Amino acid sequence: MNTLWVGLGVVAVVEAFTLVTAYFKPRQPRAATDGGETVIAAGAVDEFEPGSVTAFLRGKFYLARLENGGFLAMSRTCTHLGCTVPWVEDEGRFVCPCHASAFAINGDVLAPPAPRALDLFEVRIVNGIVSVDTGKQRKRSAFDPEQAAYPEQA
Amino acid sequence: MGSAPQDPRKYLRNFLLHFRPTEVPERALRFSLAWGLGVASTTLLMLLMASGLLLKFVYEPTPASAYDSIVYLGREVPLGQLLRNLHRWSGYALLTTTVLHLLRVFYTGAFHAPRQLNWIVGLLLFALVVVSNFTGYLLPWDQISYWAITISTSILDYLPAVGTPLKQWILGGSEPGPATLMNFYAIHTAVLPILFLFALPFHFWRIRKANGTVVPRAPGEDLPVPLPMVRTVPHLVTREAAVALTVAAVVLALALLFDAPLAEQANPGLSPNPTKAPWYFMGIQETLMHLHPLFAAVVIPGLVVLGLLAIPYLSYDENPAGVWFCSAAGRKSALLAAVLGVALTTAAVLIDEYLLAAGSAARGDPVRHGLLPFVVIAVLCAGFYAWVRKPLGGSRNEAVQALFTLLIAAFLALTLIGNLFRGPGMQLVWAG
Repeated sequence: MNTLWVGLGVVAVVEAFTLVTAYFKPRQPRAATDGGETVIAAGAVDEFEPGSVTAFLRGKFYLARLENGGFLAMSRTCTHLGCTVPWVEDEGRFVCPCHASAFAINGDVLAPPAPRALDLFEVRIVNGIVSVDTGKQRKRSAFDPEQAAYPEQA
Repeated sequence: MGSAPQDPRKYLRNFLLHFRPTEVPERALRFSLAWGLGVASTTLLMLLMASGLLLKFVYEPTPASAYDSIVYLGREVPLGQLLRNLHRWSGYALLTTTVLHLLRVFYTGAFHAPRQLNWIVGLLLFALVVVSNFTGYLLPWDQISYWAITISTSILDYLPAVGTPLKQWILGGSEPGPATLMNFYAIHTAVLPILFLFALPFHFWRIRKANGTVVPRAPGEDLPVPLPMVRTVPHLVTREAAVALTVAAVVLALALLFDAPLAEQANPGLSPNPTKAPWYFMGIQETLMHLHPLFAAVVIPGLVVLGLLAIPYLSYDENPAGVWFCSAAGRKSALLAAVLGVALTTAAVLIDEYLLAAGSAARGDPVRHGLLPFVVIAVLCAGFYAWVRKPLGGSRNEAVQALFTLLIAAFLALTLIGNLFRGPGMQLVWAG
C-alpha cells in the first residue's frame, strides 16, 4: 500500500515540475514593432560599399560588406558580457565600451576579453536584394570566408 | 468592568513575549555584543515592505512605462521622491546590516550548537536580501539598471550546459525585455516578500528556542552562576526600540538628503562606459577582470557558498560561543588575516593589471587565467590554514576564523577596488 502512495507521489512531483517549467518557460519574444517578421530586407547590393559597416536598429545587427564584396550580418552584442558594441569608423573596428573588447570588420576578436567572434545572422541575396534573417543567430569562434554571402554573378 | 483598572500595556507585553523570554541575562543586553544589527535589519525590512507597498501604486512594470512612472513619482506624487529614496537607501542599508550581522554572528561563535540550523536560515535570509536588491535594481529601467542586469546575467552563459538556458529562463528571453521586467517585478514584490514572511519568523523562533543570543564573556572567563537576569520588558525591548527608531531616523535623513540615482531611460542600443554591476557585485566583476568567468563567477562563488553552509558543521576543538574571535590568540590571527587579505589581494590586482596582463594574451583562457590561478589561490588558502594551525598553534576554531577573515578581507578589497578605482573602459584609475 505504501509503495502505491510513494509511486503516486513521484508521479505528482514529476507532473508539477513539468507544469511549472512549461508555465515559466520564456515565451518567444513577440516582435514588438515590426509585426512579427524576422527577415529584414536590408537593401540593394550596390547600396553597400565594400569595407563599410551599416547599423540596423530594427533587428539589432550590423551589415558589413567586406573588401572582397562578401556580406556578413553580425549581432551587435559583445560576446564577453552582452554590452552593445559600436562600430568606430575612425578605428575601422568594433570597440566595446564595457571592457574594451575589439572586433574586426568581419567580427573576429582583435582584443580580449571577448572569447569569440561576433555572432552571425543568416544573409540571403536574391535578385540583388540583401536580406537578413534575424531569427537565426549563429555562434562561431572566428571568421571563415565561407560565412560571408556573395552577390550572384551577373 | 472589574474593580481594579486593567493596564492595557499588558497586551503589548504579551505580544512582545511571544518570541522573547520573560527574563534575559543582564550581560546579553550589552550593545557591544550584537550592535543591534538584527533589530536594524528587521526594521529596515519593515520599512522596505511599507515603502515598497506604496510604490506599487505608482510604478508600472513595462519597459514602455517603467521609467516614466519613476519620473512621475519624483515630480508629481507628493513625497514621491522621498519614498523612492527611502526605499533605495533602506535596501542598501539592509544589505550592509545583514552582512555585518553575519560577521557578528560568526565572530561571536553564535553558529555552534544549538544555533547551527539558524545559521543556515540566516544564510537563506541573506540570499533573499541579495536577490531582492538585484531584482529591484532592474525596475527603474534606466541605463544603469538595464546594463547592470545585462552583464550580471550574461555571466551565466559561461556556466557549461545549463548556463544559457538558465539565463534565458531568468530573463524570459535572450536579453532584458518586457518578460524580464515582469518576472523581476513578480519576484521582487510578491515571491520574495512571501518567502521573507516565512523565513524571518522561523529565524526568530530558532533564536527563542536557543534561549536568546549568546551570552558575552571574555576569553577564559566562566559565566557567573547564577547568571544575573533582568526582565525583558522593559530592559530588552526599550533597547530594541531605541535601535529601531535610530535606524529609521538615519535612513529617513539619508532619504531627505540624497536622491536615489536615475540615469537616462534604458537604451539597448547604447552601452554606457563604464558599465558596472550593482555595487555589491563589484567584487565579482573585479574578479572577472582577472580570472576566467567560469572560475570568477561560478566555481569560486560556488565554493564560498558551500563553505558558508558548512561552517556550523565542521569539527571544532571547542564551543567558544559568546567570546569575540574565539580567544586572545584568535583576535591576533584574525587581525593578521584581515591585513594579509587586503594586502595580498591589492598586490595581486596591481601585479595582474600592470605586469601580467599587458592586454595581449586572452584573459579568456580558461586554463592560464582560470584553472591555474584558482589552484594557486586554493593552495595559498590551504597553506594559510595550516600555518595558523601548526606554527601559530591555533585551534581549529581559530584557523577556520582566520581563513574566513582572509577571504572576507579579500572580497572587501575587490569590492572597494571595483567600485572606487575602475573608470571608463574598466581601466584602473586613481580617482574613481
